[in-house]
Amino acid sequence: MAVLVDITKCIGCEGCTVACKRYNNLNFKAKPRNVKDDDNVELDDNRWTVIQEFHGEKNDKLRFVKKQCLHCKEPACASACFSKAIQKDEKTGAVVYYPDLCVGCRYCLVACPYSIPKYQWNEQFPQVSKCQMCSERVSKGDAPACVSACTTGALMSGDRDELLKKAHEIINSDSRYINHVYGEHEVGGAEWLYISDVPFEELGFKDVSNVPVTSYTKSYLSKVPGLAACWALFLSGIAFYNYRVDKNRKSHDDDDQDKEG
Amino acid sequence: MKVYKCFRILGWDFTITPVRFVLTGLVALMVATVVLRLLTGFQYVTNLTDETPWGMWIAFDVMCGVALAGGGYSTALLVSIFQYKEFHVVARGALLTSLLGYILVMAGLFLDIGQWFNFWRPFVSWGYTSVLFEVFWCISIYTTVLSIEFFEIITERILRKKLHRYIVKILPVLVVIGLIFPVMHQSSLGGLFLIMKERMFPLWWSEFLPLYFLLSSFFIGSAMVTIETTLAKTAYGHEIPHNIMLKLTRVGAGMMFVYLLLKLYDLFEKHEWNYVFQGTLQSNMYCVEMLFGILIPLVIIVSPLSKKRGGLLTYATLTVFGVILNRLNCVFTSMYESGSYFPGIGEIIVSVGLISLGVLIYCFLVENFNIIGNERAVQVKIDKDKDIKNLIWALLRTKRR
Repeated sequence: MAVLVDITKCIGCEGCTVACKRYNNLNFKAKPRNVKDDDNVELDDNRWTVIQEFHGEKNDKLRFVKKQCLHCKEPACASACFSKAIQKDEKTGAVVYYPDLCVGCRYCLVACPYSIPKYQWNEQFPQVSKCQMCSERVSKGDAPACVSACTTGALMSGDRDELLKKAHEIINSDSRYINHVYGEHEVGGAEWLYISDVPFEELGFKDVSNVPVTSYTKSYLSKVPGLAACWALFLSGIAFYNYRVDKNRKSHDDDDQDKEG
Repeated sequence: MKVYKCFRILGWDFTITPVRFVLTGLVALMVATVVLRLLTGFQYVTNLTDETPWGMWIAFDVMCGVALAGGGYSTALLVSIFQYKEFHVVARGALLTSLLGYILVMAGLFLDIGQWFNFWRPFVSWGYTSVLFEVFWCISIYTTVLSIEFFEIITERILRKKLHRYIVKILPVLVVIGLIFPVMHQSSLGGLFLIMKERMFPLWWSEFLPLYFLLSSFFIGSAMVTIETTLAKTAYGHEIPHNIMLKLTRVGAGMMFVYLLLKLYDLFEKHEWNYVFQGTLQSNMYCVEMLFGILIPLVIIVSPLSKKRGGLLTYATLTVFGVILNRLNCVFTSMYESGSYFPGIGEIIVSVGLISLGVLIYCFLVENFNIIGNERAVQVKIDKDKDIKNLIWALLRTKRR
């Protein structure tokens, strides 16, 4: 399951954020915890999705950007979790958090290239909070709550390949669009895709490389067992050699003593 | 002459000095803060936010703590594998500092995790794709091995007949195991940052990060042993020949040179020189770290200054400062916006309290077991300690006149 966001069609009605809070039982009354310098509200533990406002470089264009977890194809948070509390659901593609397994080390918060996962800082036993792509709805074949609530058609859900094809069709048919589908290749690609008529850098999108960050840890961890085995062999070899040298020296000394005796 | 009070309770020596009184107070303060933290979460004790999810407990207590505890494995490697027999005099002290370091690191980690009752999850639910998983397992195993190794010293005094000879028998195996795991997790602590490529300032992110962390833990290890023996000398009058300390630190300095070469190679390979001199906070911190933590110590160690005790101590202090700065930079300077995080009072109280606890335990163990050379003969040492203090006071007084 993937979602295509057409930024040109969003009118900032916040229907999706309300639907998200209702479906996920989030607190409506909680004050925004993270407010950016440009007065846009950031995600927090009671806001799994937010609408952010951008006015373009010359202050002539008003655009609304829906922000939530992008559900990467190679999720850094899931790869970083050392107790498997975040897993990528193979069937739906959603990156899902399992609070029972969570230790609370917050490595996922630090690992995510987009800084999406947030933490319940005011709780006694805090948990991580992030968009789950309504995985229960999606596994039943429904669209995520936010997508069902969208009235303007800015959010479209469906198969990722088909949506990608559609996105490129839209871009090719209308010259106002930027020729870039954000989420197609970013850090290995994501389930959420964005198309826009304003350059993505002006809309608060992070410019990231196409190499999935998990590849670095993967290549490191793949070398560890071999290197550790070599190191262990080397150490035991030398330790055994030292032991033999000691033993020989002792027996040599004993022989000398015998001769003297 | 005033002598510190020493109580002998059930055959154990408890010395009381004004400094230890203060340290005990700090520990008590920490215990209160810890209880508050475990019962109420992070909100009252820490300054952590969504933008700065890792704070002082991870960056200082864990990252620096593990690095500073590198003295145990680096000394053990030199003594028992490469047969530098003369370093044997510092091996036990280094072992104890490492063990205490690791126990405090585990305590710091435990306080830093949100659902602390779930700390055992990774033993069961294997997130093997995570570098943290490797770090977690290695630190757990290594702390266990260190404890058993240290038990050899403990059983010299208690349970001697029952346990000592068995531990001496398995000791060679333990030493080898105790050299595999620290090397693995010291490098993996650097590996933790590999996944943060998109978030870190390019000067600190490198594919060599695991190697950097391993090398720096090695040379901070010998520097820490130097500082520790100097402290033990002032407090207990236990002297270690200068040429041995010099030789030990020179091995560390060799590693430091390799580290410098790798860093330079990295800068040229990735064309990052423009970042070094751009004058921002990040580049300035990088320059401070490299200049005072690496370049000046290297100059000191090859110059005649190193022949003097003061010179060697300066080398060691700067090295420790440099590595601590490097760890703090990796977490704070390279990832967070400037000024967005400063540790809360609670975080500082806990960190200071943990260090105080370490010092107290160190003193108690050194005064009761054969660690820094003598078997527990305490009273004399405390008199000596007093002597040195009186000497310093006398010197200060004469200067004033």
